[in-house]
Amino acid sequence: MVKLTINGREFQAEPCDTVLTVATRGGINIPTLCHSESIHDYGACRVCLVEVERRGRKRLVTSCLYPVEEGLKVTTDSDKVKRVRSTVMELLIARCPESIDVKEMAKKLGVTESRFVAEDEKSSKDNCVLCGMCARVCSEVVGASAISLVNRGTEREVALPFYDDTGACIACGSCAYICPTGAITLVDTATKRIISWPKGTADFPLKACTSCGIHFAPVKQLEYMAATAHLSPSEFELCPDCRKME
Amino acid sequence: MAVQTTKQGRLNSAAELETLRQEIKSATGENPRLITICCGTGCLAYGGAKLAQAFRDEIETRGLQDKVGVKTTGCHGFCERGPLVVIRPENILYQRVKPEDVGDVISDTIEQGKVVERLLYTLPGTKERVTYEHDVPFYKKQMRLVFGANGYIDPTLIEDYIGVGGYTAMVKALFSMTPDEVVSEVKRSGLRGRGGGGFSAGAKWESTREAHGGLKYLICNCDEGDPGAFMDRSLMEGNPFGILEGMVIAAYAIGCHEGYIYIRHEYPVAVKHAEMAIAKAEAMGLLGDNILGSGFSFKIKINRGGGAFVCGESTALMASVEGRIGEPRAKYIHTSEKGLWDRPTVLNNVETLANVPLIINRGAQWYSSIGTANSKGTKIFSLVGKVNNTGLIEVPMGITLREIIYDIGGGILKNKKFKAVQTGGPSGGCLPAEMLDLAVDFDELSRAGSMMGSGAMIVMDEDNCMVDIARYFVSFLEGESCGKCVPCREGLKRMNQILERITNGNGRDGDIELLEDLSETLTWGALCGLGGGAANPVMSTIRYFRDEYEAHIKEKRCPAGVCKPLITYNIVEANCPGCNLCIKACPVNAITSPGKKMPVILDQSKCTKCGACYDVCRLNAVEVR
Repeated sequence: MVKLTINGREFQAEPCDTVLTVATRGGINIPTLCHSESIHDYGACRVCLVEVERRGRKRLVTSCLYPVEEGLKVTTDSDKVKRVRSTVMELLIARCPESIDVKEMAKKLGVTESRFVAEDEKSSKDNCVLCGMCARVCSEVVGASAISLVNRGTEREVALPFYDDTGACIACGSCAYICPTGAITLVDTATKRIISWPKGTADFPLKACTSCGIHFAPVKQLEYMAATAHLSPSEFELCPDCRKME
Repeated sequence: MAVQTTKQGRLNSAAELETLRQEIKSATGENPRLITICCGTGCLAYGGAKLAQAFRDEIETRGLQDKVGVKTTGCHGFCERGPLVVIRPENILYQRVKPEDVGDVISDTIEQGKVVERLLYTLPGTKERVTYEHDVPFYKKQMRLVFGANGYIDPTLIEDYIGVGGYTAMVKALFSMTPDEVVSEVKRSGLRGRGGGGFSAGAKWESTREAHGGLKYLICNCDEGDPGAFMDRSLMEGNPFGILEGMVIAAYAIGCHEGYIYIRHEYPVAVKHAEMAIAKAEAMGLLGDNILGSGFSFKIKINRGGGAFVCGESTALMASVEGRIGEPRAKYIHTSEKGLWDRPTVLNNVETLANVPLIINRGAQWYSSIGTANSKGTKIFSLVGKVNNTGLIEVPMGITLREIIYDIGGGILKNKKFKAVQTGGPSGGCLPAEMLDLAVDFDELSRAGSMMGSGAMIVMDEDNCMVDIARYFVSFLEGESCGKCVPCREGLKRMNQILERITNGNGRDGDIELLEDLSETLTWGALCGLGGGAANPVMSTIRYFRDEYEAHIKEKRCPAGVCKPLITYNIVEANCPGCNLCIKACPVNAITSPGKKMPVILDQSKCTKCGACYDVCRLNAVEVR
């Protein structure tokens, strides 16, 4: 166990804990945007920045990645942290002027307007903040790696291979589920599932239950589940409801 | 002139290497008569290879093969005056030599011992000619230690490197020092990373040596991407064996057996020379399994970078070597513990590794006697921009900017006024004339708001607009940002937008403060060094040239006359004799003549501000307002 202080309060933690974990456990709120328990931390959004003091030297670090250590002094709301966080939020608003989620988050941090939004920029943008959670969940949790971050710098975007190859996508919708700004959407119609990414839309047929006829899950997802669980595809012929009745 | 030796193939002991060295020395003689032709990248572009062939042909036709040798060497540094030819052992320097001059050099200098006056370097301002290399002001204040062998050896011949004392440091380290002694020697020398970070090389080695796990890696970073920097390239091209020697010593100290050299794909000669050097060194038992029979093995692979600037950053570089996207990660767990493939890894710059044999050979005490309190040894700078003598210079730490720019660099081009020097590459700061007496070392530069970086030094004169310079570097960095973190990707984009509107004459009140806020966010909030340093050009120009920003924003005026939307070209009637040169130069017919020998008229509505009239006028009759 190591001892550290966050905002003057003492905490004990395992050496493998991150500052964010310890703070959250102790009820100290640190805002995050690209963090989720289910995927590896990435440190891209910089919203969870905190100030740490180590050997008399202060610097800002991302709390989601910073491992705790003995004697570490953490401040989650110093003036510098607040200023940098606000500017980051302003930059995100300028990137996604239409995103309600970004605006709400900014509001919580006391930012209502961005000094960077240019007049002609509004409404031409999607809501993607490039946090990369979709790509991470797709490779780390689903194991499909169907979408990824492509290109560099300001050209960066989330895309399918060559922008239109849905070959690896199993239509599970994890990306839409985890997206913090609703930039990826999922709609199920009677017979198909439509997933829209910032760069491209694709639809996937849903499987009809052999008993009741309802289309209940994407065909590709069921095939993927059968293959990864080494089950016969015939195990997924029935919808969950009919399966219970059987 | 390749040396013929009896020993072919693998060397199995230090004694065999020594015997070979003696053979090489006695074959070439103590001070051999030699024509060395610089075939560094600059001189090659000037036709260095053709020149070398012309020398070889001429010597053959005159049958002088036994009297004089011809050597194509790595970069001599004085790129401005290339192609360079130095006649050794006297060290007579001939500059801007053409194949037509070869006959005279051979007949006068080689056969009769006379110098060819017209090829000598002329001191600017006077007509005085300088005969010897070491008397040329460009070389006088330099201390060429790391570059010592460049200019004497053919980088493709391992015999040349052995002949000038190559591999003595490796032998000393492998056979008479323990790894800990090597680490402590390098630590005591005070050697700091030459690639930009300035971290103590010895400390880095030590923590990797002490890190857990048997498998460790050493990486030599030759992914030099700073605009205007080419010192790593010249070292790798000019003396690849020296770098390999440094790598073997480092690997022995760390306890690692596998290494990588990461070279930019855009440096084909560096790649070729490194590949060739690895193959030759391995064949001779100076690299690979059981080096010189010492029991220590170390292998090196070459990895070619695809040209992303960010891949010079250590963690992005490692990701790239692993075959992933070249994106940096947070370094809260140091690469000395978890680096390449999550193994303890040392990543050193080319120049850092090239310093290592010197330290081992001559000792930490000698090394640390050069330089300042916390910056030891020499540093190679690429001196470029508005300075008379551009090229690569190696100077002791602590030399002043004034000495570099005026004594070595020969002052500002066309006797213009010095305005600023940007040190440390695109993430460095611009230092004004008041800072000319700054002693150049790691700490002084960062205190002044700039940095040592990899050692690019771009000199600017009164005709450079500092806002435009800041905009240039920010747009370069915006293009090179990997896009992972918000401050760098979005922040640089906005910074560039703001700087663009200022240089376009649309700057607003509060823009300077906005730039300062963005700078703070980048400096403190960005993920890696590229983003963290990206604000330096902006912050330093605001700090030292705030009045220029204000002139752009408030008065809509560009004091240096650079930002096109803010300037007009005007004819000074009193100076214009109506020679009409500008009329011919104007691509849009904006200038007309009212009559013979009458001052010309410039139609502002047609003028595209290309500056052709200004450039062509010799009588100062065109002015920028």
